Amino acid sequence: MKPATVQELIWAGVLVALAAFWPMMSNGYWLGIGVDVMMYTALATSWMLFSGPTHYISLASAAFFGVGGFVVGSGMSDYDASFWSMLALSAVIGGVLAALIGLATLRLSGVYFVIFTLGLAEMIRNLVSWVQNNFLGSRGLYVLTDFTDAHLYWMLLVTAGCVYLLGWIISRSRLGFALRIIGGDETVARHVGINTATAKVILFTTTGVFGAIVGAIIAPRWSYIEPNQVFSPQLSFFVVIMALLGGSGRLWGPVVGVIPFLLIWNWVDSNFSNQSILVLGVAFLVIVYFLPHGFVGRIEQLRASARGRS
Amino acid sequence: MLDILVSGLLLSGTYALVAMGLNLQYGVARIMNLANGEVLVLGALAAFWLYTTAQISPILTVILVIPVAFIGNWLIYRFLLTPLVRRSKSQGALEVDSILATFGMSFIFIGIMVSIEGGFFFYKYLSEPISILGSTTSLNRLVAFLLAVLIAAALYIWLHYTRPGVAVRAVSVSTEASGLVGINVPRTSALAFALGGTITAVGGALISTFITLDASIGVVFTLKALIIVIMGGVGEIRGAIVAAIILGLVETGVATLVDPGLTLAAAYFIFVIILLFRPQGLFGRRAV
Amino acid sequence: MKQASAVLSVKNVTKRFGGLVAVSNMSFDVAEHEMVGIIGPNGSGKTTMINMISGVFAPTDGRISLRGRLISDAAPQIIAREGVGRTFQLVRLLPGLSVLENVMAGAVYGHKRRWGRDAEDFAHSVLERVGMDAMSHAPVSSLTYIDQKRVELARTLAGEPKVLLLDEWLAGLNPTELETGIELIHNLRNEGRTIVMVEHVMDAIRSLCDRCVVMSSGAKIAEGTTEGVLSDQDVIRAYLGDDDA
Repeated sequence: MKPATVQELIWAGVLVALAAFWPMMSNGYWLGIGVDVMMYTALATSWMLFSGPTHYISLASAAFFGVGGFVVGSGMSDYDASFWSMLALSAVIGGVLAALIGLATLRLSGVYFVIFTLGLAEMIRNLVSWVQNNFLGSRGLYVLTDFTDAHLYWMLLVTAGCVYLLGWIISRSRLGFALRIIGGDETVARHVGINTATAKVILFTTTGVFGAIVGAIIAPRWSYIEPNQVFSPQLSFFVVIMALLGGSGRLWGPVVGVIPFLLIWNWVDSNFSNQSILVLGVAFLVIVYFLPHGFVGRIEQLRASARGRS
Repeated sequence: MLDILVSGLLLSGTYALVAMGLNLQYGVARIMNLANGEVLVLGALAAFWLYTTAQISPILTVILVIPVAFIGNWLIYRFLLTPLVRRSKSQGALEVDSILATFGMSFIFIGIMVSIEGGFFFYKYLSEPISILGSTTSLNRLVAFLLAVLIAAALYIWLHYTRPGVAVRAVSVSTEASGLVGINVPRTSALAFALGGTITAVGGALISTFITLDASIGVVFTLKALIIVIMGGVGEIRGAIVAAIILGLVETGVATLVDPGLTLAAAYFIFVIILLFRPQGLFGRRAV
Repeated sequence: MKQASAVLSVKNVTKRFGGLVAVSNMSFDVAEHEMVGIIGPNGSGKTTMINMISGVFAPTDGRISLRGRLISDAAPQIIAREGVGRTFQLVRLLPGLSVLENVMAGAVYGHKRRWGRDAEDFAHSVLERVGMDAMSHAPVSSLTYIDQKRVELARTLAGEPKVLLLDEWLAGLNPTELETGIELIHNLRNEGRTIVMVEHVMDAIRSLCDRCVVMSSGAKIAEGTTEGVLSDQDVIRAYLGDDDA
């Protein structure tokens, strides 16, 4: 990822400001889509912060997201805690979990990491269900708040904005430069004095923090929470597809992937719900065979060839 | 205790077989095939479907599955994965591409299977109880185990005592050096990939006789096979067998002593230990 | 007692890979401002030695220290920050980065930890030294082989290493490029840098190195002034075989 420019930051600010008006212009179905768009924008951008430069494919989004939702649910219904304190706690737990996973797996090649994250959400779901069944006695958790979809939308918009800002700062920092070097050649990175493991763990931790925050914010949308619902492995694949569809070269890439994919997905899901899983499969193949650098890569390629011609 | 030992060992037979399949694909063809579990479930679906619609015995299905799975996997390697191998500049780039591509395939397989059978692949075949060493188990488990051992042994002999088998092993050591001594690397890789897929599908047909599967369960098997391969060391057949036995025993132990819902957590626990203390696998040599 | 002036000191270092002994009981010192060549036939363990000094892997036995500080068990990034810079046998540039950024990579994480304008200016000055400043905004894929090597050298120099390890830096160059290359290293030597070079190009070793350490089958078979070791009978035998000795 190249260092982001000040101009890009201003554009992003303008976009966030405009996006803030969406709940006033829509309701019901379209507001729901808006919430989904914001949720996945935050998740995919934070995924990209880590995976874009390092090329490690993380499938842990669902695990962090689930942890966030579950912490809020458990705290609010079992311990009468407030939503905000649980939001903060879930961010901490998500971060710690990510740091531990990172420390165990990021020293090794990317394959181990993918495999480890592949079943992670499912494994945590099993553990949580087991703990609940055997020690806590209840199965579902209630998250009762006064938040409307519009509130959730705004909270997610702020989160997405924060992720972007963090990414912007990182991309211009020593750490961001280190990640570009690691992405280029990890051996060289070590020999110029970069502590590659630390850099990767730090970035992966931010992914964990934001994943959990998004999960926590979404929790009130369901009001009743079951482990099966918040730890849905499919979410991880969505995040990967959207981020890669957008393209990993730029910080704003994921947004370009989120919107079209969600619209297509919703259309397929409501018309041919049995075949919706095929869409996931086709999306992966399209990315690998036709859009290896995502929409962003395609756009820049077109721009370059236009410049070349003129 | 004896129950755990017996059923754990019987389970590990099919696990070892499936892990051998993945080992061929990753160790030789250098493709991290994350659709491996779905290929397994496809084999299971074939056994289920043929048995419930045409009363064809799963043992016969195993034989039928072999040519179909071989050709299917060969076509996948030839037309979907070869372009990725060709365009990749490094092993890392190939890994990312093949991971994404095989994810895509896995979802497409799931989609196809859901449209054939959306529910559980439930059928009864050889389910009468038998007693081994005083521990009661079902006949289908024993039959599946014996067949798995038979196939694994045949594969081992093939790999060690035939020309194409030795070529396969040579490619797994070094693609470059194999090319230099006149081995057709692309063809050998395709052969290994197809063979690996075939073994996986056969394993699936065997597993379906004693475990009830459904279309979306593949990922769990992918994960188990991967953990076995990593635990045993990539390209290590002995290692895979030992690792499969460990996983089979631990899973059965956790399922009987603690909770059947925690088998995946148990597998993860082993995985973490391996990653932390012996990432090259039990029998693998540390990469230089 | 070992002389205190040694910048880099290798003491009884052995490296085994399974049953294979790649380096066996090697010892040598490198003094400040000295240029030492490590020579020997292919497969004699020279690159393994460089890899151990730079931290790619730890020695099985023995000690390597930099200005008296033990570095033999440290990770490469720690050793790099302590002041050991290296180039690679097959040149390794960062493909997605421009020439300038490649060199900045060396400046930013070295022991001075420059950043921003400072790093950029410094990278420019190093590029100028190797004669590559005009290309500083080119993508690295457009460079010729010698230019790639110069950029890699600049990246290493940008880390301001106390000891510079050159792993067959002159290999693969054509005669004209070789002349440029030797001259470049000669300039580094005149600046008083401490350099360890693994090299096969004998002309370069004769004109550049103060001292040579000769390795054969993982062990040191000779050490001394360049002229001295190159006329040594054992050395000639190691290179050419028994018949010619």
